[in-house]
Amino acid sequence: MFTILKKEEIGPKFWRFLIAAPEIARKHRPGQFVMVLIDENGERIPLTLADSDAEAGTITLVVQEVGKTTMQMGALPEGFRLMSVVGPLGAPTHIEKVGTVVCVGGGAGIAPLLPIARGMKAAGNQVISILGGRTRDLVILRAEMEAASHEVIYTTDDGSFGRKGLVTHALTDLIAERGKPDLVVAIGPAIMMKVVSDLTRQHGIKTLVSLNTIMIDGTGMCGGCRVTVGDEAKFVCVDGPEFDGHAVDFDLMMKRLRTYLPEEQLARERYLRAEHTCQALKGVDHA
Amino acid sequence: MPETFAGLPELPKKDRLKIPRHPMPEQAPAERVRNFSEVALGYTPETAIEEAQRCLQCKEQPCVAGCPVGIDIPAFIDLIRRGDFAGAQAKIKETNTLPAICGRVCPQEDQCEQVCVTGKKFKPVAIGRLERFVADWEMASGEVAMPECAPFSGHKVAIVGSGPAGLTCAAELARMGHKVTIFEALHKAGGVLVYGIPEFRLPKAIVDYEIANLERMGVEIRTSFVVGKTATVHELFHEMGYDAIFLGTGAGLPYFLGIPGENYIGVLSANEFLTRVNLMKAYKFPAADTPVRLGRRVAVIGSGNVAMDCLRCAKRLGAEEVICVYRRTRAESPARAEELERAEEEGIDFRWLSAPLEIFGNEEGFVTGMRIQRMELGEPDSSGRRRPVPIAGSEYEIPIDTVIVAVGQGPNPLVTRTTPGLELNRHGCIVVDKETQMSSIPGVFAGGDIVTGAATVILAMGAGKQAAAAIHQWLGKLERGEVSKPWLASPAVA
Repeated sequence: MFTILKKEEIGPKFWRFLIAAPEIARKHRPGQFVMVLIDENGERIPLTLADSDAEAGTITLVVQEVGKTTMQMGALPEGFRLMSVVGPLGAPTHIEKVGTVVCVGGGAGIAPLLPIARGMKAAGNQVISILGGRTRDLVILRAEMEAASHEVIYTTDDGSFGRKGLVTHALTDLIAERGKPDLVVAIGPAIMMKVVSDLTRQHGIKTLVSLNTIMIDGTGMCGGCRVTVGDEAKFVCVDGPEFDGHAVDFDLMMKRLRTYLPEEQLARERYLRAEHTCQALKGVDHA
Repeated sequence: MPETFAGLPELPKKDRLKIPRHPMPEQAPAERVRNFSEVALGYTPETAIEEAQRCLQCKEQPCVAGCPVGIDIPAFIDLIRRGDFAGAQAKIKETNTLPAICGRVCPQEDQCEQVCVTGKKFKPVAIGRLERFVADWEMASGEVAMPECAPFSGHKVAIVGSGPAGLTCAAELARMGHKVTIFEALHKAGGVLVYGIPEFRLPKAIVDYEIANLERMGVEIRTSFVVGKTATVHELFHEMGYDAIFLGTGAGLPYFLGIPGENYIGVLSANEFLTRVNLMKAYKFPAADTPVRLGRRVAVIGSGNVAMDCLRCAKRLGAEEVICVYRRTRAESPARAEELERAEEEGIDFRWLSAPLEIFGNEEGFVTGMRIQRMELGEPDSSGRRRPVPIAGSEYEIPIDTVIVAVGQGPNPLVTRTTPGLELNRHGCIVVDKETQMSSIPGVFAGGDIVTGAATVILAMGAGKQAAAAIHQWLGKLERGEVSKPWLASPAVA
């Protein structure tokens, strides 16, 4: 169990993993996540589920190389057996027919958005997706999202694909041109979810965001993932990961995400140094 | 070949009382605060035999009644006196499946040793240390006496949670011939024994050893499996084919204080701090990938055993000032006397009668300080302890880098939320029959902290043992068709 069956690069430093996890695959609903641990000395990290196949007994994870653990994942071969994959955790997205749903995705956030968009479309909603990234290659899962949506609008910071600008620019224009949608689901970097929520709050459009905070166990035990929603402290792992975007204290959350910045940097540099030495010893050509 | 020991002849009672209680050899405080190795080093065979000589072998045997699992204490101590350590270990294992653990973490001073007859005039017999001695002796000898298991009964039992309640229940049921699977949410079995209790108090090798013995008895352990998420209780019964279920999911939900500033970076629950350090080995960072950052000044709020573990871990991780903030006095502290003493020896700064009012932080969100209110003791409250009341105008502020909140844990709701029909009390704990540990759902049993709220390892073990006996009976009824497996209304998805 937890063997990597297939691994493919779907963008620069973006990997899609197909992992054997029949029990998780059977129970997975859109919006849920898993905790992954590579090996004995690894750390447990939350990763959102991009897809699952109950019959094949597999789950799909999309990982962007950011820190030591995700870089290490990027270097794992097919056939590698992860020490632990736990889930599916968190409350599933409440999927129902509401009318028009706009799915806003940025960066790695597009992966967890995919099963939600698919579910919303299957429930009879009109699904319009707005997907953004710094540059063309970073806008991942385009074909999958096109199949899961009635319409997809792309934005890139550098204008290399779709319209130049941010997802919020596209959302502003969409609201101006076609009126208010019934629901916005925004998943991406914290700052993106914050600005999307600020925008939809002005228009009074219900908005769901999916938070990705620091976690250890993912089952409500440590409280490291706590965020302020409205006036209450909530645990992202068991109360979330989805919350009303208008009630989340994003500023506090973004500060808390920076808790271990120096340690993350140290671990990353140490890993890259070790990798470099390792490659040099093997005489592998980096070019 | 294990060494053999001659033992000692039985002394007259009055002479036995003249032998002073043997102290536990320990690492010196200055040395041990720089490592995570076990503090208490254990008795030598000679010391153990001499200490065993102190037992009066009295008829009343109050110690046996004082033990939550009813170990035949005088019998195993007498075997130690005779030098028959293997016999002593076998005697303990008749009733206690995890002696190496109990010998270390049981609060003997409130149980067996509290009622010891020798202890009425003199210091009680060091029962806990002797229990630990024989368990360690067996482990070192490499010759493990495995309890005999009855032939397979044809029944499968699921144990949810691999903490002390679940491990004990599993061992008892395996002995009775049932096929047992333990489901554990974390990647390593042991529950609080591995994520909570630090290495210097309970080496993880000992927990691993006890768990390996369970596996040798045929118990299957499924880690990374969250009952309530990966499968529900309903599915365990009707899709995975279990005939009875024991819920020992513990008190895993951390309580916070509800004071301003609790979300600043550097405010951690005791669970988070201890899990990072113990389970994830953050003290080895960057060799282990999980970090923990403390800064120079650490405050731990609360004064129970969990708080002591946090204080002493913080000290070992190199924090310069480690402060315990507790609103009552040392006398009301719920921690074991031994733990308090060790923490004091290790230079912990105890601020008794001090209540935290507010935590301060800087622009970046990091903790910078704390405001503390001085208290005095007033009238007794519902717990019988004198209620701490604020002294007006006594507030003061201290600079601080990390605040660890150790004010208790509640029951983890993952299983209870997804099990329709399970009766809970107002704290969210599972309501059970006191005799059988059976919940409101027939065939579903529960024990340990998920029933009592946060308590001790040995009480959880006692509950696990009691439940095992009741499960065994229930399986008999199931076989005779007197009961049937429950059908839970609507297995919830989440």
